[in-house]
Amino acid sequence: MSLQKFILKRILASVPVLFGVSVVTFALMHITPGDIVDQLVAANPNVPSHEAARLRREFGLDQPVWVQYLDWMQGVLTGDFGEVYSSSRDVSAVVLARLPETIALGLFGWVFAILIAIPGGIYAAVNKDQLGDTVSRFVALSGISIPNFWLGLMLMAVFAVQLDWFPTLDPQTSLLSPSMLWWLILPGVTIGTAAAANMMRIMRTSMAEELNKEYVTAARAKGLPERTVILKHVLRNSLISVTTVAAFLTASIVAGSVVVETVFGWPGLGRELIDAVHLREINLILAITLFTGFFIVLANLLADIVYALLDPRIRDEY
Amino acid sequence: MALLEVNDLTVSFYTQEGVVTAVDNLSYTIERGEKFGVVGESGAGKSVTALSLLRLIESPGEIESGEILLDGDNLLEMTTEEIRQIRGNRIGMIFQDAQTALNPVYTVGEQISEAIRHHLEYDSEDARERSIELLDQVGIPDAENRYSDYPHEFSGGMQQRAVIAMALSCDPDVLIADEPTTALDVTTEAKILSLLEELTDEFDTAIQLITHDLGVVAELCDRVMVMYAGQAVEKAPVEELYYDPKHPYTVGLMSSIPRVGDDSDRLRTIPGAMPDLIDTPPGCSFHPRCPYAEEACTRTEPGMITTGDGANGSQQSARCLEYTNDLQHGLGFDVTIDDDLSERVRGEQHE
Repeated sequence: MSLQKFILKRILASVPVLFGVSVVTFALMHITPGDIVDQLVAANPNVPSHEAARLRREFGLDQPVWVQYLDWMQGVLTGDFGEVYSSSRDVSAVVLARLPETIALGLFGWVFAILIAIPGGIYAAVNKDQLGDTVSRFVALSGISIPNFWLGLMLMAVFAVQLDWFPTLDPQTSLLSPSMLWWLILPGVTIGTAAAANMMRIMRTSMAEELNKEYVTAARAKGLPERTVILKHVLRNSLISVTTVAAFLTASIVAGSVVVETVFGWPGLGRELIDAVHLREINLILAITLFTGFFIVLANLLADIVYALLDPRIRDEY
Repeated sequence: MALLEVNDLTVSFYTQEGVVTAVDNLSYTIERGEKFGVVGESGAGKSVTALSLLRLIESPGEIESGEILLDGDNLLEMTTEEIRQIRGNRIGMIFQDAQTALNPVYTVGEQISEAIRHHLEYDSEDARERSIELLDQVGIPDAENRYSDYPHEFSGGMQQRAVIAMALSCDPDVLIADEPTTALDVTTEAKILSLLEELTDEFDTAIQLITHDLGVVAELCDRVMVMYAGQAVEKAPVEELYYDPKHPYTVGLMSSIPRVGDDSDRLRTIPGAMPDLIDTPPGCSFHPRCPYAEEACTRTEPGMITTGDGANGSQQSARCLEYTNDLQHGLGFDVTIDDDLSERVRGEQHE
C-alpha cells in the first residue's frame, strides 16, 4: 500500500470518530439543564415568556433532540456550522478568527516541549544514574505534577508582575509581528511544560534502553566518535517510541489550551469554548469540539507518517 | 614481535553482589595472520576478553591491570581518541548475533560505508564503491542493489556476511569473531566459516575466534586457548589439543561432544557448573569438577606450565599441578583415536 493510500484510508477512518464526538457532545449539551434562551432571559429578566418561546422556535430548540441533531448534521454536511445565537455571527467565522491564536500558542508549546525534552532526555540517558540524570528526573516529575493553571499564575506573578519582563494583557499586536513572541512566551511555556516533562521521561527511558542494544557496541567497535554513535545511531531508534507519546501529548496540549487561554486571557479557541459553554452556544461548542477531534486525529496521522520516516520496517507495511 | 600480545589482563565487574573477576591474569599472543581459537563454557570470560581488546568494557566493568600490545603499543594506555583510531580500523569485530549488531534503521550499505569514510577518509562515492565491493566479496549477490537494503530485508546468513564485510571494511590486522556462527543453521555456518577462512587468508588478517564449539575450532584454527573461570587452562596448537590434551577440563570438553554411533543413553557432561566468579574456590578453580582432583588441588593454585614443544615450534602449556609433579596419582585419562580420525577421549576415574 502506498503512503497516499494509507493517508486517505486514515482520513476516511476518522469520519466515524468525528461522528461519535458530535453525538456525545450533542447529547451532553442536552442532558445539562438550560439552553441559550434561558441564558439570554437570565441576563435580561424583562423578556416576556412568549418572546422566549418565539426565540426557541426561531433557533429550532423546540424540536425533538433527534430532529435538532439531524438539522445540524444536514448543515454541517453542506459546510454550514450554524450561527452563534447571541451575536448572529457565523460559527465558522468565529472559529476561523480564533484559530490562528490557538495554533500559534499550541505550536509554541510544542516547539518548547521538543526543544527541552529531546536534548534533556538524551543528556539524562547518557548520564544515567548520575547527578545530572537525577536532577533532570526531579525536574521532569515536577513538570508533570504541577497543574498548568497554577504554573501559569506563578509564571505571571514572577516574570510579568514582579520582574516586569513580559506583558500580561491580551496581545496588542498582530499575530505575525515579531513582538508577538513576548506575549507568547509565558502561556506557551505553561502549555508546553507538562508535555516537555512527559516527553523527556519517555526519551530518557527509550534512549537508555536503546543504549543497551548490541548495535551500539557494534557502532563503537567501528571506531565512530561517541557523538555519532548517540546522535546518529541511538537517537533515531529512540525517537520511534517518543513519536507515539508525542501524538498523545497533542491531545493534552489541546486540552491545556482551554485552561491556559483562560488564565492568560489569550483570545483563542479554548477561551471561546469556555464562553460558549457558559452561554450554551451549542453550535459553537459542537464546531470547536469537532475541530479539536479532527486535529487530534490529524496529529495521530502525522505520528504514523513520522514512524514510517524513522523506521524502514514500518515503511514496508504501508 | 607478536602482532597482538596480551599480558596479565584482569577485568572485573563491580556488581551489587560483589566483585566478579571475569578475566583473571590472562596472557596470550597472536601472530600476524594467525587463526587463534578461544574456547570455553559460557561465562568463562571469552567475550569479555574480546571486548577488552577494543576497550569496550562498560560500567560496572573495569580493566584492572595488564597490558594489551598491538605491534608493541599498549592499547590500555591510549587516549580515547587513539583507541578510536584502532577500533574498526586495525581491530575489527564480528558479533555473535548479526541481527542485533546491525542498526535496524540504517541501510546495510551505510553501516559499512560509515566506518570507511571515518577511518580511511574516503568521500561518500568512493566509500560506497568499496562497500559494494566488500558485499560482493562476502558473497552477497547483486551487491550493488543490496547496498541500499535495510537489515530486515536480509536473511540471517546474509546479515552475518554483512557484519563480516563491516568488520573487514578497513582491512584490519586482527579480526575478533565472537561466536560468529552460533545464531546460524549448520549449512550456513559451514559457508560462513569457509568465507572467514578464505578472507582472512586473502588479507593476511589474524583472527581471534571465540566459540564453544570445538568442531569450529578444528576446522579453522591454528592454535587454541581453552578458558575456564576467567583463566587460560590450556594453550596448544590445534592438533596437539585434539590428539594430546593436557588439562582435565579440555578432556572434559572433548568427551562432551556427542558422537554418531555412541551407544550410551545419556549425553556426557562435565558434572557441576562453573564456579561463582565472585567467590572462586581456593587452589585450582577447576578442582570441584575435576575427576582427578587431589587434596593438593584444593590448596595450591597451579601456574601455566609449558608441557612440550608442538609442531612448528609452537608451545603447548596447561594449568594443572600434574605438570609440577604435585599430583600423587596423576591424570588417568587416555586418548583413543578412531579410524575415521575423529578423536575419542575417555576419562577413567581412579578412586
